[in-house]
Amino acid sequence: MSAPLLEVRDLHKHFEVGSPGLFGGQQEILRAVDGVSFELGRGETLGLVGESGCGKSTCARTLVGLYPPTSGQVLYEGEEISSLSHRDRAPFRRKIQMIFQDPYASLDPRQTVSSILTEPLRIHRLARPRQRRLRAMQLLDAVGLNPRHIHRFPHEFSGGQRQRIGIARALALEPDLIICDEPVSALDVSIQAQVVNLLGELQERFNLAYLFIAHDLAVVRHICDRVAVMYLGKVVEIAERDALFDDPRHPYTRALLSAVPHPDPRIERGRERIVLEGDVPSPLDPPTGCRFHPRCVERGKVTGDQCATVEPALGSRSACHLESDV
Amino acid sequence: MPILDVQNLRVRFETHHGVVRAVDGVSFSLEEGETLGLVGESGSGKSVTNLALMGLIPSPPGVVEADALRFEDRDLLALSDEELRGVRGNEISMIFQDPMTSLNPLLTVGRQLTEVLEVHERLSRREARKRAAAGLADVGIPEPERRLDQYPHELSGGMRQRVMIAMGLLCRPKILLADEPTTALDVTIQAQILELMQKLQREYGTAIILVTHDLGVVAGMSDRVNVMYAGRLAETAGAVELFDDPRHPYTRGLLGSVPRLSGDTDADLDSIKGSPPDLADLPAGCAFRPRCSFETERCAAEPPPLFDLGGGRSSACLERDALGQPEGGAR
Repeated sequence: MSAPLLEVRDLHKHFEVGSPGLFGGQQEILRAVDGVSFELGRGETLGLVGESGCGKSTCARTLVGLYPPTSGQVLYEGEEISSLSHRDRAPFRRKIQMIFQDPYASLDPRQTVSSILTEPLRIHRLARPRQRRLRAMQLLDAVGLNPRHIHRFPHEFSGGQRQRIGIARALALEPDLIICDEPVSALDVSIQAQVVNLLGELQERFNLAYLFIAHDLAVVRHICDRVAVMYLGKVVEIAERDALFDDPRHPYTRALLSAVPHPDPRIERGRERIVLEGDVPSPLDPPTGCRFHPRCVERGKVTGDQCATVEPALGSRSACHLESDV
Repeated sequence: MPILDVQNLRVRFETHHGVVRAVDGVSFSLEEGETLGLVGESGSGKSVTNLALMGLIPSPPGVVEADALRFEDRDLLALSDEELRGVRGNEISMIFQDPMTSLNPLLTVGRQLTEVLEVHERLSRREARKRAAAGLADVGIPEPERRLDQYPHELSGGMRQRVMIAMGLLCRPKILLADEPTTALDVTIQAQILELMQKLQREYGTAIILVTHDLGVVAGMSDRVNVMYAGRLAETAGAVELFDDPRHPYTRGLLGSVPRLSGDTDADLDSIKGSPPDLADLPAGCAFRPRCSFETERCAAEPPPLFDLGGGRSSACLERDALGQPEGGAR
């Protein structure tokens, strides 16, 4: 069996916060990503979901090399890339591209669309200068924008159109994998649907793999083949799409799914919701044992105090002591 | 008699790019204890409608006009500034989307809460503090006494939004205007806040106007729904009827655009083509026409009025009878 397109092994990303010394301040370790592993196949979409601060964006940024990992490995087609030098990494940067959440902040307002789309080609010395413009126009066409608007600036486009420009830029280097960090959450629903459909169409056309980071579970269900759920820097459950949505195993996944409002008054009013108490604890000082245990509604079902003392391992499916009891 | 009656509300802004009609002839009423959902995309005029009701549209550049803006037996447009201050935050109050920017970072939570009571109910500091602590306890904030002495930055996002709600409800308002109250929050915290709003509504009989773009939130909270597009009402109906059988192509498009947690996942979403229009440069006739798949020649003539469909429903679409049943019916 050949190696998966992307494999992440026990990835950690810790940040040191606060300054030691001068005023007796204490240096603390923020464990943003704390042991994450998964695989992603060619042409596949893996969803990475969780609430603010669970580490999903940090995980993405560490994968593409925007942050150096604290420990762990990132393998691209079986080759370890996270420890490569900036220069040795260049061919892999070409193959892994990224789309960001905010289409207003992720495009340089002083660059024309032409300059934005040809810049990656210039940096990687692809195509002759004259052909780059043509390539940029093809990219615009591929994402449903008018190729004649190539000399315009980002402010001349609407939010949805800007997100299409960001997608075109990601496509410029013919990547195998695009990391989408909340690509539709800043858009209005009608525009969001257009962009979701576009991502599906492009995936089919170019055989792209997506790592799709989002907090909107309905969008994730629509677009992903498999889904990983993160809580406080760890994956608590990972499963095929239908298995996860139809039969969630981890109590956190269940609570998360049950909190999503359904756009149908009959369902929405009749159903029982699991309402979690309290907030997500600080990643500076995560709870001992299972990180979810202080908010977990199933805690009482586990014998003894292992929820508070023993950290459950992510088995074949979910990281919960109840799962291993069964 | 409805507690609030709005007739032909118009809000326009005079800008360098021309006159922007942010709200252009909106009429609706609100009954005691009822929740009215106000949905639409960015720029559809839903937030401006709420700000106009609160008298919070800056003038210039804003101009607010209406045939009637009646709260109980008072005409809100005829009130003096001072009389309006007596209503605002007291009988009609508002909670905003972003609790980080709408709470004062320089004042403790306690000071911001007690100020409301000192102004509107002329309570002493000590009484006000007691009521403020009770208000925080009401919205499920643990250790309310201690929280009173904290500053907004010391609280989490969900906690701050609770403080906003506590502030909005301190004077037991008759109407609460909630502008995207849970949009900035994670779903599990959103679920807590929505449950809390419903509980407080049951206890105090407050009427709520809920502005949101999240159709799931609307479905769970609203008795009736107004759908806005480009400053006008596109459709108004009871929540169940609206979701079962939308009578305006825009409502239909919105419902088709939302991905769901159940049902078919392999088909494309039925998105609406194009983008929302520029309010300073609206197309002639129906503003939704360029994005509509039911468009005919007569749609270009003039903006369609709101047609009464009976049963408390109305639709501003000339082709409303051509819509038929949505594909798949009520999903």
